[in-house]
Amino acid sequence: MASTKKRSTKTPAPQGGGPPAQVPDAGGHFGAYGGRYVAETLMPALIEVEKAYAAAKADPAFDADFRSMLRHYVGRPSPLYFAERLTEAWGGAQVYLKREDLNHTGAHKINNTLGQGLLARRMGKKRLMAETGAGQHGVATATVAARFGMACDVYMGEEDIRRQAPNVKRMHLLGARVVPVSSGTRTLKDAMSEALRAWVAAVDTTFYVIGTVAGPHPYPVMVRDFQSVIGIEARAQMLEQAGCLPDMVVACVGGGSNAAGAFFAFLGDAGVKLVGVEAAGYGIATGKHAASIGAGQRGILHGSKSYVLQDTEGQILNAHSISAGLDYPGVGPEHAFWADSGRAVYNSITDAEAVASFHELARLEGIIPALESSHALAEAKKQAIALGRNKTVIVCLSGRGDKDLENVLEHETGKA
Amino acid sequence: MSRIQETFAGRKAAGQATLVGFLMAGDPTFEASEQLARAALDNGVDVLELGVPFSDPTADGPVIQAAGQRALAAGMTLGRTIELAARLRKDYANPIILFGYVNLFFIHGYETTCREAAAAGADGLLVVDLPFEESGELRASLARHDLNLIPLIAPTTPDERMGLILKDAGGFVYYIMVKGVTGARSAVADDLSEHVKRLRRHTRLPIAAGFGVSDGPQARAVAAHADGVVVGSALVKAGAEGRLVPLVREIRAALDA
Repeated sequence: MASTKKRSTKTPAPQGGGPPAQVPDAGGHFGAYGGRYVAETLMPALIEVEKAYAAAKADPAFDADFRSMLRHYVGRPSPLYFAERLTEAWGGAQVYLKREDLNHTGAHKINNTLGQGLLARRMGKKRLMAETGAGQHGVATATVAARFGMACDVYMGEEDIRRQAPNVKRMHLLGARVVPVSSGTRTLKDAMSEALRAWVAAVDTTFYVIGTVAGPHPYPVMVRDFQSVIGIEARAQMLEQAGCLPDMVVACVGGGSNAAGAFFAFLGDAGVKLVGVEAAGYGIATGKHAASIGAGQRGILHGSKSYVLQDTEGQILNAHSISAGLDYPGVGPEHAFWADSGRAVYNSITDAEAVASFHELARLEGIIPALESSHALAEAKKQAIALGRNKTVIVCLSGRGDKDLENVLEHETGKA
Repeated sequence: MSRIQETFAGRKAAGQATLVGFLMAGDPTFEASEQLARAALDNGVDVLELGVPFSDPTADGPVIQAAGQRALAAGMTLGRTIELAARLRKDYANPIILFGYVNLFFIHGYETTCREAAAAGADGLLVVDLPFEESGELRASLARHDLNLIPLIAPTTPDERMGLILKDAGGFVYYIMVKGVTGARSAVADDLSEHVKRLRRHTRLPIAAGFGVSDGPQARAVAAHADGVVVGSALVKAGAEGRLVPLVREIRAALDA
């Protein structure tokens, strides 16, 4: 186990402080970001979800159900694991991995789909629908639909169906229908557009399970709340295991749900630096990346205002990342808010750097990380070295990498 | 009296419904779309909705998605759409509405958009994904330039929301008849009459109904209840297939009969 580090400056409280109470406001605005930008047909449905969620949040029975399912079905709490060999190899700060990869279905996504599935059940909905990029959110939604006896349609870009074939098979096995999306780049952006279209037509009977902290209010706040268990656990585990708060928390950011969940409990801990990691793809300078905060502008995409990859006319650009889960030209509005306020910083990691970290963790710790999480690892390596030995870093290991094996091989064959 | 009010009032006085037609600006080129717009106005479209192409049109079905892609491929922009409106304004007194997604107007700047649209002789904006709650800033700019924000009402919109949306609205009300994206449908929603009655309790503005209207008989069925009929995907499709004029004439004849 790690040697404990004493911090004299403050005595940490057992729970995080959370953000100022006015964020988001009643309309779901995180400062200049967020809100609700959808067709009028969807507005009543969003207001219905918002009201139902507010009622559920105030109901101790809902929380008890959620916690019980997280424990017995998902397998929480997930371990906070001190990565001893990784720490030695990097020669910098002590590295702890928050093992979301050990959750049922192999990623953090289930925390959110379980919460939304319970809400859908409470609202009497019989059918779930979802968009998916890497397929992790699709699998997690299909899983919850099966568990609650609901029908499930998952919208997935044709390109992602090709890149993530094992997850497509899993969704089929779980009884979900996978709807191929052939518009645009055939990736997550187009899947989300198509899911919004399909929801408009089926809004009476169907609950739309958005997989990240993006989309129209109340999704960004609701998804963050359901994912906040990551940071709440990690914070308590860190205090227990190391006797101190971490100096830094690092998480990858596509839409940003695992990062929002990991960061939220630490917002009130001024000494904990929060680092989000976007996908730099082939490199920011090439234009082939998915760094919405790093290289995008303010805009409105898929129901909320945030940073968006777009041209000077406001047309949405195609994102690129080796990781399907990060391959999205937008980002959750709360991340845009944290980026502007400086509470979190956002850096980016290239495809090649992520693949190197994918291998490194497999070899040094016997853990095969998702390519999404590999971006967080690659950034954490730089940060840990810069911080030095006397510091601690938590990396959110958001998912496992079995789904990415073929994709990594393809990347390496292409390079050879 | 605004051009929109005059147009609806004129048709009403003649016992006819107003025909609102949607065409995508720049589809398949700037020039060709101008010719289509002229043909539509020459043959019976009263109010022209000029679509501004967007990369991610989340409320549109396949026909208008494809039209937007063609227009973008031909280099169409919001600025060029406003230019198209200005060219049409030289020859036509019909109301022209710019129809698009909020990000296009946000990036161009709400104030700039309104100033340029007013200078071009446009009458208003219709923003598909801008609910009333988020529209304050744009409405302020529109008001400064004497332009209308065309309000959208869906079958899912409850009464208290109708009241909120229509309290200070101008122009005409666009009633979306069906839950779904744009595109032709085989039958007109049978609850139209009930929804229009509900709407009239909240507004004195003329009501145009659309989404799914594709031929003369359907247009006539809608006109039995609403003041105007909106035809979108069917016109876009007809334009692409070289049969815009006969379709517009068919619908016009059905409304005038």
